[in-house]
Amino acid sequence: MSKATAHQTDGGVPVFHVFEDKEVHHPGDSTMLGFWMYLMSDCLIFAVLFATYGVLGRNYAAGPSGADLFDLKLVAVNTAMLLFSSITYGFAMLAMEKGRKAAVQGWLVVTALFGLAFLSIELYEFHHMIAEGATPMRSAFLSSFFTLVGTHGLHVTFGLIWLTVLLVQVGQRGLIPENRRRLMCLSMFWHFLDVIWIGVFTFVYLMGVLK
Amino acid sequence: MSGSHNDVGATQAHSSLAHDLHGDHGHGHDDHGGASHGSFRSYLTGFILSVILTAIPFWLVMGDVLGNATTTAIVIMLFAAAQIVVHMIYFLHMNTRSEGGWSMMALIFTVVIVVIMLAGSLWVMYHLNSNMMPMAPGNHPM
Repeated sequence: MSKATAHQTDGGVPVFHVFEDKEVHHPGDSTMLGFWMYLMSDCLIFAVLFATYGVLGRNYAAGPSGADLFDLKLVAVNTAMLLFSSITYGFAMLAMEKGRKAAVQGWLVVTALFGLAFLSIELYEFHHMIAEGATPMRSAFLSSFFTLVGTHGLHVTFGLIWLTVLLVQVGQRGLIPENRRRLMCLSMFWHFLDVIWIGVFTFVYLMGVLK
Repeated sequence: MSGSHNDVGATQAHSSLAHDLHGDHGHGHDDHGGASHGSFRSYLTGFILSVILTAIPFWLVMGDVLGNATTTAIVIMLFAAAQIVVHMIYFLHMNTRSEGGWSMMALIFTVVIVVIMLAGSLWVMYHLNSNMMPMAPGNHPM
């Protein structure tokens, strides 16, 4: 990225000169790879939580089990919400490539609404469980369940905040290179959360209700 | 795609400011080689495949189609793995070329770590549980 030269001065001490190559610095060049690295490390966080759930997921402490608590119809609706939000974000990215600002904003709003629906259903489910006495304190199964699913929900929450901020940014500044870069990062983040959700609904919900 | 697409917001002063700040770098994001963003067709393909790969496991479990919990668990795990691959290809646009192959390297490394961590934890804890003294109800010391 930058050239460094060294030459000896009279005293024998080398002096270094670093010349930044102006044209080499493209914003977004390494950002995508860097953000991908972040997602991979986030993936490890979820792997730890999945492993914890895998170990503790059947320790009910004579409390309710997944089969007693999970409402698969609700989970199916939730999964659909997240899947819809994934494809609408994809459409926002396609609109961005065509440079159509209004379409980008429209698809982002639709994505946010699906994300909000997902979060609302999840919070309703948590509320319902806690009201029935299935709190995180009830058993190791419930502790690990709330930690894993709650962490995913927290990611979706922050994704929604990020999405709202980008809506304002795009509204004020248009599809400038910086905003394109940000939109692409959020795109990866959002699709990544959908990938994690595949693991959640398979390992936690579907396998939780199997006898 | 060329610089002309960045002129959508050109009515705003910010846009020209951004162009000044970055000098000749006016052509946005598409110059870092390899990171494709898919097409309408690829997003739709990914979406339809995802819907199918999601609906079948839900149907298998909710309808108790296979009648055997272990078989069902293995089958739905295979569907999950397939769907993750579909998402990686069609939504996250993973391929061996993007970022000069480094994205794929990071992904492979992560998958290896995740597999070791998950398989190791489950294996160790399973053996721990089966080697523990059986604690039948009413068998507590005291």
